Amino acid sequence: MLKVTIGQYYPADSFIHRLDPRMKLFCTMAFIVFIFFVNNFLGYAMAFVFIVTVIAVSKVPIKFLLRGLRAIFFIVIFTAVLNIFFTAGETVVLDWWIFRITLEGLLNAGRMALRLVMLIIGSSILTLTTTPIQLTDAIEFYLKPLKKIGVPAHEIAMMMTIALRFIPTLIEEMDKIMKAQMARGADFDTGGIVKKARSLVPLLVPLFISAFRRAEDLALAMESRCYRGDVGRTRMKQMRFASRDFAVFCVILVFVAMVFVLNYIAALYGIW
Amino acid sequence: MSIELKDVCHTYSKGSTFAKNALNNINLTIESGDFVGLIGHTGSGKSTLVQHLNALLKPHSGHIFIDGEDINADKSRLKAIRSKVGLVFQYPEHQLFDMTVYKDVSFGPKNAGLSGEEIKERVESALTMVGIMPDMYEKSPFELSGGQKRRVAIAGVLAMRPEVLVLDEPAAGLDPRGRDEILNQVKKMHEGLQITVILVSHSMEDIARLVNRILVINKGEIVLSGTPTEIFAQIEQLEAIGLSTTQSAYIARDLRNKGFNLPENIFTVDVVVDAVLSELQAR
Ligand SMILES: Nc1ncnc2c1ncn2[C@@H]1O[C@H](COP(=O)(O)OP(=O)(O)OP(=O)(O)O)[C@@H](O)[C@H]1O
Ligand SMILES: [Mg+2]
Repeated sequence: MLKVTIGQYYPADSFIHRLDPRMKLFCTMAFIVFIFFVNNFLGYAMAFVFIVTVIAVSKVPIKFLLRGLRAIFFIVIFTAVLNIFFTAGETVVLDWWIFRITLEGLLNAGRMALRLVMLIIGSSILTLTTTPIQLTDAIEFYLKPLKKIGVPAHEIAMMMTIALRFIPTLIEEMDKIMKAQMARGADFDTGGIVKKARSLVPLLVPLFISAFRRAEDLALAMESRCYRGDVGRTRMKQMRFASRDFAVFCVILVFVAMVFVLNYIAALYGIW
Repeated sequence: MSIELKDVCHTYSKGSTFAKNALNNINLTIESGDFVGLIGHTGSGKSTLVQHLNALLKPHSGHIFIDGEDINADKSRLKAIRSKVGLVFQYPEHQLFDMTVYKDVSFGPKNAGLSGEEIKERVESALTMVGIMPDMYEKSPFELSGGQKRRVAIAGVLAMRPEVLVLDEPAAGLDPRGRDEILNQVKKMHEGLQITVILVSHSMEDIARLVNRILVINKGEIVLSGTPTEIFAQIEQLEAIGLSTTQSAYIARDLRNKGFNLPENIFTVDVVVDAVLSELQAR
């Protein structure tokens, strides 16, 4: 009934899965920044080659990845359409009634769509190959310097871990409550917006109640196992950078440098 | 209300890496007026099976007929089918949502589009059936005890006046007195209203005492089906799939091995007690 692939973990044993989560998070961030900096064909081609290689190495089936994309398909189309119509440009391709499409608009739209798609694929690869727990550990690592100015890095990370951990549970719970109410003749699909909103009450009230109950239970369970926050806490699984992480880091550095150099050369000779 | 399942299969998360085959070629018939017990080990597919009976889950292959009608054939008939087949979920108290007990129970009849008078009549009779007194009608369902919540939730389904009542472990987590009260109510309703009842339970004692037919499910397949006498005679098969016969039957067996002259195939407390008493008197 409810399929959520964004943020889902795909269990497999691949080079990408084994990388240190901190390195993966860093690379993903770098990749996203990179995508928004490049504005020429060469950059996109390189990014494309890069992402395809990563997908191939990660052993995540392409079908699985694309299914996650389906959910945001409309956002991509919507952004592209907006760009087509609202980019000012000189080279008019089509001029009809109030519509005016320019070559610049088309190019802009294509670029935006490409960026969005790669951005989403890039971040899904991260979540598909990294368990939520690893991911929050990595986030905690990067937030650590902020502890000095009073940011509760550990608590934020713990909250994120718990939130991520409970998404599937809550979805399952919602599915169950929905079925129970449907067994009593509830109808979630038909009717106007007011009726639909009202039909959510029998769904949301039990859902919130169970979420609060779970939160209380969890807090009690954690306390009775002597959880008391960050102070003096050690980890069962230490994160360690391995040689493969350094290798990846170097590859990325060389890659980025290469793109900038090529970019520079291309600009120098006026190609693209 | 006869129910017929033909080659029903169900797979959770079909087509993904987490695919789980929960039902395998289920074929069964339940006659009108039967009181059927469904037993099986944890994870054997009992809850999955009963959710097919009112089309909350759809089979990936096969058909389900209720009174000869394929329930998944016509979407516009779903509501009618769901009011014919009332399903009480495992831990039904988690579905309570309204401000008062009365309003919560009236949710089903309201959805069925009944008039105010009729709703009132149904809600009151449903609450009376489960033993909730009128002084509780205006309480919030969240102030009640666990057992009371369970009763209110069951009343919420009874108020739909189903012709088939399916109960998924209605007594789980209740104290012995509460479970007896609820199950006796179910028995009474079965006799009084002539409805078909399907009871999922882990308690062999309850099953032995209440039902006239037993279905045994294991790993998504119906492995045994018959009267309690037939089923509880097959102790080895039951134990092989992680089930057992009743405590009383075990006691009778042990006494028989110790030289007591007790008949085979006795498995309810009352019958075993009577047999032992008359044997002791005969000695
Ligand atoms: N929503 C779901 N998604 C995936 N798998 C599921 C889902 N619900 C149940 N299953 C699986 O299907 C199988 C049958 O589950 P089901 O809930 O029908 O068992 P059950 O016989 O009711 O068990 P219990 O006695 O514990 O209630 C189990 O192996 C379970 O893991
Ligand atoms: Mg179950």
